[in-house]
Amino acid sequence: MNRIINDPDDVVEDALKGLTAAHPDLLAGTAHPRVIRVAGAGAVGRVGVVTGGGSGHEPAFVGYVGPGLLDAVAIGEVFASPTARAFEAAFKAADGGRGVACLYGNYAGDNMNVKMAVRLAARDGLAVRTVVANDDAASAPPDERGKRRGVAGEILMWKTAAALAAEGADLETVIAVAQKTIDATRSVGIGLSACTIPAAGKPNFSIADGTMEVGIGHHGEPGIAVRPIAPARAMAATMMETILADLPFARGDDVAVLVSGLGATPVMELYILYAHVAEILAEAGIRVRHRFVGNYFTSLEMMGASVTLTRLDAELDRLLGAKARSIGLTVTGDA
Amino acid sequence: MSDTIDLAAAGPILHDMIKVIVDNAALLNDLDGAVGDGDHGVNMSKGFRRTGQKLDAAPTGLGEGFGVLAETLLDEIGGSMGPLYGSFFLDMSTFLRGRTTLDRDGFAAMLRAGVAAVVDLGEGRLGDKSLVDVLVPARDAFDAAAGRGEDFSACLGSLDDAAERGFASTRDLVAKIGRASRLGERSRGHLDAGAASCRMLLHALADGLRRQLDD
Repeated sequence: MNRIINDPDDVVEDALKGLTAAHPDLLAGTAHPRVIRVAGAGAVGRVGVVTGGGSGHEPAFVGYVGPGLLDAVAIGEVFASPTARAFEAAFKAADGGRGVACLYGNYAGDNMNVKMAVRLAARDGLAVRTVVANDDAASAPPDERGKRRGVAGEILMWKTAAALAAEGADLETVIAVAQKTIDATRSVGIGLSACTIPAAGKPNFSIADGTMEVGIGHHGEPGIAVRPIAPARAMAATMMETILADLPFARGDDVAVLVSGLGATPVMELYILYAHVAEILAEAGIRVRHRFVGNYFTSLEMMGASVTLTRLDAELDRLLGAKARSIGLTVTGDA
Repeated sequence: MSDTIDLAAAGPILHDMIKVIVDNAALLNDLDGAVGDGDHGVNMSKGFRRTGQKLDAAPTGLGEGFGVLAETLLDEIGGSMGPLYGSFFLDMSTFLRGRTTLDRDGFAAMLRAGVAAVVDLGEGRLGDKSLVDVLVPARDAFDAAAGRGEDFSACLGSLDDAAERGFASTRDLVAKIGRASRLGERSRGHLDAGAASCRMLLHALADGLRRQLDD
């Protein structure tokens, strides 16, 4: 394991020290060591927007804290849900007096800890509503959408909901737009190599050299098929077949596209993939209104990429284009 | 012989529950490692040891002690086990609030509240290969024994036996919930780590209460 770490058990704590030291203009610590909030006044007078999840997905989740994006995040160990208390503390850190929207991904641990945290917060009179992302089209059939995992599409959900909260919308409206965003979003991943949780010291799954796992999850969850490695254009075609048919997206749709690396794939290759994604969308008569290419939501040092599409109406289009600043995503709002 | 527990005097039973988890951390890790990420013992003992430190500093009765344990688990253990055990002990603690004694029917109601909290939160069912495979048979065995008119101590004996059988039953089950569910058929043949810790905790609780009742 050739890595830049100290004690493998301390990677989360050590990384948080670096994150807050590097971004004092964006991030502030809180009384809870695993909760980071936006620097400055925060959500005063508006709905607070919160997420949380395991570490190892950087820049997610903490990298989306900032003006026009998340107000606070709860941070777990590598690939493990934050504690219920951390979620509760994040709700309190994001409370500006108009309630809190907790927008997170569909994993058993996160579901339970969020549910407990909502109960704990309710005892103190804090209203928290939740939306659980399930954009990973490869993780369960369409008629079992409730079982699907949340992946990179969460970022677009945070963006639209936070932009609407910044406009002064109430909690119910913010929750509705988050739900609308994730309902219109589909993602799929391709994994080319495994990853290793530092404290475990060895990968807990494997991808044979020369093969790729189509539909892999963000923690190495098995996908829909293991296939021989293919040229980028064929990978793009496979991924787009999976998500275009699932929503389904149709000729004339406006979309946002997010191509994220899984950690160890060179950014150059993400652009090679994006070129083919853009071609396929053009041929299908689907218009790209927003595009994001880079390491947005990773899985430690896994090689591979995910592609996310969101169908846009005028509201989602406007909210995605609203001004925001964070480590992972900055939108100037000039376009 | 008595048929009622003095809750203030029952506080030290929590130390038995803490000890069994801390002493068996390596065993719980090994059970978890066969099908999951092997950290169940580490996580559980962290939360239970910390609870022990708090209770040493400020001893409490059984009800408040369940509350301290619940709060600590919710503070210290992420993943699924913190909230599952946290809600189990939190709802039992809530049930005991304001009570000074606990009789057979009170215990049955307390256990029903705790088990309901776990089932509600985890949405696990009997046969999913989880701690529910210990909790539900244990609860049902206690209720059945009470229904037959057996005394508190005998009901706890039935609970203890059913918890052991429930734990043993997880070996032949295929995991339908939790991380091990990813393994499907390959999870068969392994005892469930959450069921193991649950069986240990219920045994320590039943044993401690029976000792007080039989005094």
